[in-house]
Amino acid sequence: MITFENVNKYYGDFQVLKDCSTHVNAKEVVVVCGPSGSGKSTLIKCVNGLEPFQSGKITVNNVSLGDKNTDQNKLRARIGMVFQNFELFPHLSVVQNICLAQEKVLNRSPSESVERAHALLERVGLLNQAEKFPSQLSGGQQQRVAIARGLAMDPVVMLFDEPTSALDPEMINEVLDVMVQLANDGMTMMVVTHEMGFAKRVADRVIFMDEGHIVEDEKTDVFFSNPGSDRAKDFLSKILNH
Amino acid sequence: MGDFDFAVIIDNMPFLLKGMQTTLLLTALAMVGGIVLGTLLALARISSVKPLSFVAASYINFFRSLPLILVIFWFYFLVPLVLGRPVGGFYSVLVAFTLFEAAYYAEIIRAGITSVRAGQFQAARALGLSYGQSMRFVVLPQAFRAMIPVLLTQGIILFQDTSLVYVVGLKDFLVSAELIANRDQRLIEMFTFVAIVYLIISYSASQGVRMLQRRMQR
Repeated sequence: MITFENVNKYYGDFQVLKDCSTHVNAKEVVVVCGPSGSGKSTLIKCVNGLEPFQSGKITVNNVSLGDKNTDQNKLRARIGMVFQNFELFPHLSVVQNICLAQEKVLNRSPSESVERAHALLERVGLLNQAEKFPSQLSGGQQQRVAIARGLAMDPVVMLFDEPTSALDPEMINEVLDVMVQLANDGMTMMVVTHEMGFAKRVADRVIFMDEGHIVEDEKTDVFFSNPGSDRAKDFLSKILNH
Repeated sequence: MGDFDFAVIIDNMPFLLKGMQTTLLLTALAMVGGIVLGTLLALARISSVKPLSFVAASYINFFRSLPLILVIFWFYFLVPLVLGRPVGGFYSVLVAFTLFEAAYYAEIIRAGITSVRAGQFQAARALGLSYGQSMRFVVLPQAFRAMIPVLLTQGIILFQDTSLVYVVGLKDFLVSAELIANRDQRLIEMFTFVAIVYLIISYSASQGVRMLQRRMQR
């Protein structure tokens, strides 16, 4: 589904991604973790072209990202993305947030888009909030709307960039529950998160990054029971002991 | 001298109103034109296409470095020359004001666009919206909402600046009043009246903007 081949990325002289190679199979859930500044968010932002990379190759559904013949907008539309800060559009209502790209990118009719939006809002448990504006919702509710907005495009893969990091603790679970449900439904997912409980429960594989390198790329149970590198051991001991 | 006769104002009201009409029409059209052109300039200015951004920056710096009165003069003589036929004074000053104001509006709008969080643009792109669609449906609506008070304040400045059409003799409110003042030898009455009218309109407009600003903050 997604392949990374020797991806290198620089911000000026600083190298953020160093020779990153990995893959995500269809229906697989891959969690990416690591200390802050390790390049994990940058890695998934490369998948939908939000961050350009200087060398290497990323393909999604066998379509190469850097290729000049690739319609970047069309490709992006099929890759759902959920951001740390939700990034709902504050001037649009919940239902309009979910309909905008359906109408402008997929050319769905307004009635079709609204129907789809309502179905997805029901799925994330927010149908009764459809006409509200983002600022009237809690953080957890906003993030669930953001997930629904991504799903409305019928994505082949969903990317999550620290989806619960900006949430109050009591709201984290309502978002994780939606993500678990999504994983169980067979969605291909790539998730940057520090929620190791979530990783243990639904991830097929865990990628551990440090200083721009992919240090570990293991099956979930192996990663938690017997990480191969000292850096991953160190990271896990810090993050799991509380 | 010594005895004031404010009846001169009442007697010439239709003529003065016509002048005010010109002033308001010029203000409104130059504001709309300036905002439209200013938006395009702002988009060009922030564009990653270097030549486009350079041209926009040059335009903005050029007009912001010139006195408005010079621009008005210049276009008064230039526009008929370019078109090869005389145009009314109104159109020449309208062009001058629009082009001049656009430079100021562009800077306001650029600030508005950069005030919208980068994540909003990323989210729009991530949904598959093109650059143009992301600007049009996501970034600009938010930018304009934040900018409305500043844009209106610039409009009030423009309203006052339109009196500079005096230099080309266009019959706006001020020039109309001056014509009557000279004809009837009622300079003090007339110019006092003009000052009060400008004061009332500008002050109430700026109070309106402040109220709007306060309501938006709530």
